[in-house]
Amino acid sequence: MSMSETTMPGRTYAAAKPRATPQRRKRSLKHSKWPVLILFLPPALLLFTVLVILPMGEAAWYSFYNWNGYGLPEQWVGWRNYQLIFRNGAFSQALINNGMIVVASILIQIPLALWLATMISSRIHGALFFRLIFFLPYVLADVAAGMIWRFVYDGDFGLVGGIAHLFGAEPPYWLADRDTAMYAILGVVIWKYFGFHMMLFIAGLQAIDKSVLEAADIDGATGFQKFRLVTLPLLGSTVRLSVFFAVVGSLQLFDMIMPLTGGGPSNSTQTMVTFLYNFGVTRMQVGFGSAVGVVLFVICVTLAFSYKRIFMRHD
Amino acid sequence: MTDIATSPPIDAATAPGSGQRLRTATQIYMYVALILVAIIVVVPLISTALGGFKSLSDLRGNPFGLPTEWHWSNYGDIIVSQRYWLQMGNSLVIAVLTVFLTLAFGAMAAFCFAHIRFFGSDYLLNYFLIGLMFPAATAILPLYIRIRDLGLVDTYWGVVLPQVAFGTGMSIMLFRNYFRNLPSELFDAAFVDGCGYMRFFWHITLPLSRPIIATVGIISFVGSWNSYILPLIMLNSESRYPWPLGIMIYRGEFNTEWQLVLAFITLTILPTIIVFFLAQKHIIAGLTAGAVKS
Repeated sequence: MSMSETTMPGRTYAAAKPRATPQRRKRSLKHSKWPVLILFLPPALLLFTVLVILPMGEAAWYSFYNWNGYGLPEQWVGWRNYQLIFRNGAFSQALINNGMIVVASILIQIPLALWLATMISSRIHGALFFRLIFFLPYVLADVAAGMIWRFVYDGDFGLVGGIAHLFGAEPPYWLADRDTAMYAILGVVIWKYFGFHMMLFIAGLQAIDKSVLEAADIDGATGFQKFRLVTLPLLGSTVRLSVFFAVVGSLQLFDMIMPLTGGGPSNSTQTMVTFLYNFGVTRMQVGFGSAVGVVLFVICVTLAFSYKRIFMRHD
Repeated sequence: MTDIATSPPIDAATAPGSGQRLRTATQIYMYVALILVAIIVVVPLISTALGGFKSLSDLRGNPFGLPTEWHWSNYGDIIVSQRYWLQMGNSLVIAVLTVFLTLAFGAMAAFCFAHIRFFGSDYLLNYFLIGLMFPAATAILPLYIRIRDLGLVDTYWGVVLPQVAFGTGMSIMLFRNYFRNLPSELFDAAFVDGCGYMRFFWHITLPLSRPIIATVGIISFVGSWNSYILPLIMLNSESRYPWPLGIMIYRGEFNTEWQLVLAFITLTILPTIIVFFLAQKHIIAGLTAGAVKS
């Protein structure tokens, strides 16, 4: 109950202590940490435990049963649900697709974001306007973005169809073709999220000490040399963070896929979460769906931990 | 990375601090690139909005340009329809409840972690941070069963409470870091003056925390306003659907009439766009800074 139990930085209570002793007994209840702990912690703790941690534990439990969600899970099937997952072609496709999203993000989205960020950070007119426009898709709902792009890609009524029409070509139906659908989705992902990554880089660029660049100028570095040898290394932590968000975002991608393809045609655009939804939730296969959830959980936690260990140790 | 390495704009772009004037050629190059990207961003949105004014046959032949004939009734019918306002209202109620509880529960718990050391406090904090590592979708089936057993399926609370629960990790993290960075002299002075924890929280911490309240509030509002998977699983009656679910239903219903779907999409994203343009500084800062810090 003493003041030294607080964790406020720069504690200098020691000097105040002896002087305060006579009144301290009177104030002890008011200063007690227990009332505040008992009032302030339980709401968050209870909700978090009941709706985040327990369901995750239950998912691990249910994953060993064949269960439709009613009554109690009784039909123990051992590891069968997990075997079924890894034998399912749609699941391996989902894994590949999640990987493709990360790769596309690293190869296209992040370089694009960095390139735009460097342009916007240089003193140009209308920088604010461009920043605003580029960030706009990020605040739109994934569902709305997906629906808008479903229209864009539509061969009959959409923009892609219109362009094909201009050239007198047969309209393509990218979303209906299993060879092109995933690439079409990658385009939407980049369209929606590059602005967010660009803002990360703009913030990163602002944090760079201008005197370092001036020093490079005095040493006669060219613009490209400055970028490669000064700016880029100093942006290292931002790049690593950006990749981290791309990985996390890819593992969650669901809302955007549903209006675009729903995971089709013939499962060519499934992601981990659409797979969970299409094969677990809609068929109310609680055991199987829970097993997918557990696999997704293990992937998320392993990636998050190892990525932070390996790449973000010093950030 | 080669496209960056070889493109001239970088040349000028990395020299902002040096005070060099950008060469005109480079500048033109930069504007062309920026405007090109801006067009790619904006054209789908504008064609969606314009498409809402067209007739279906007009849309077929002319998806890009202005409507040959402006069909205001596409929009008018939706604006006067009950479903549009109902869905907007549902989304608003769910988002406001989510924001309020995420702020309240998060700030309260974070206050404990920031100022009080108690048995197992470090472990408890790490326990909350587990929530940051996986999406709500992972345990969606057990979560649904739990919500069903609590009798909350098809109610706003069935969506709000899981959203708050999954937001607590982020909320606690951001609030705690902010509280710990408030000047410690405040705490010392208040303590010496006989101010208890509760009063300190209400009268000193919270009034000083407006920026972080805004950040957490914006993140949870945008997340809830745009959320799809939780309402999809927890709600059954169309009268309780928030707008992202509403778009999907509408599209299913007017499958063959793209012009109506486009008008509907435009009207549903319009509030987001208006608010974004009005409060862009705060929204951009909140969404990016918040993501970086948590």
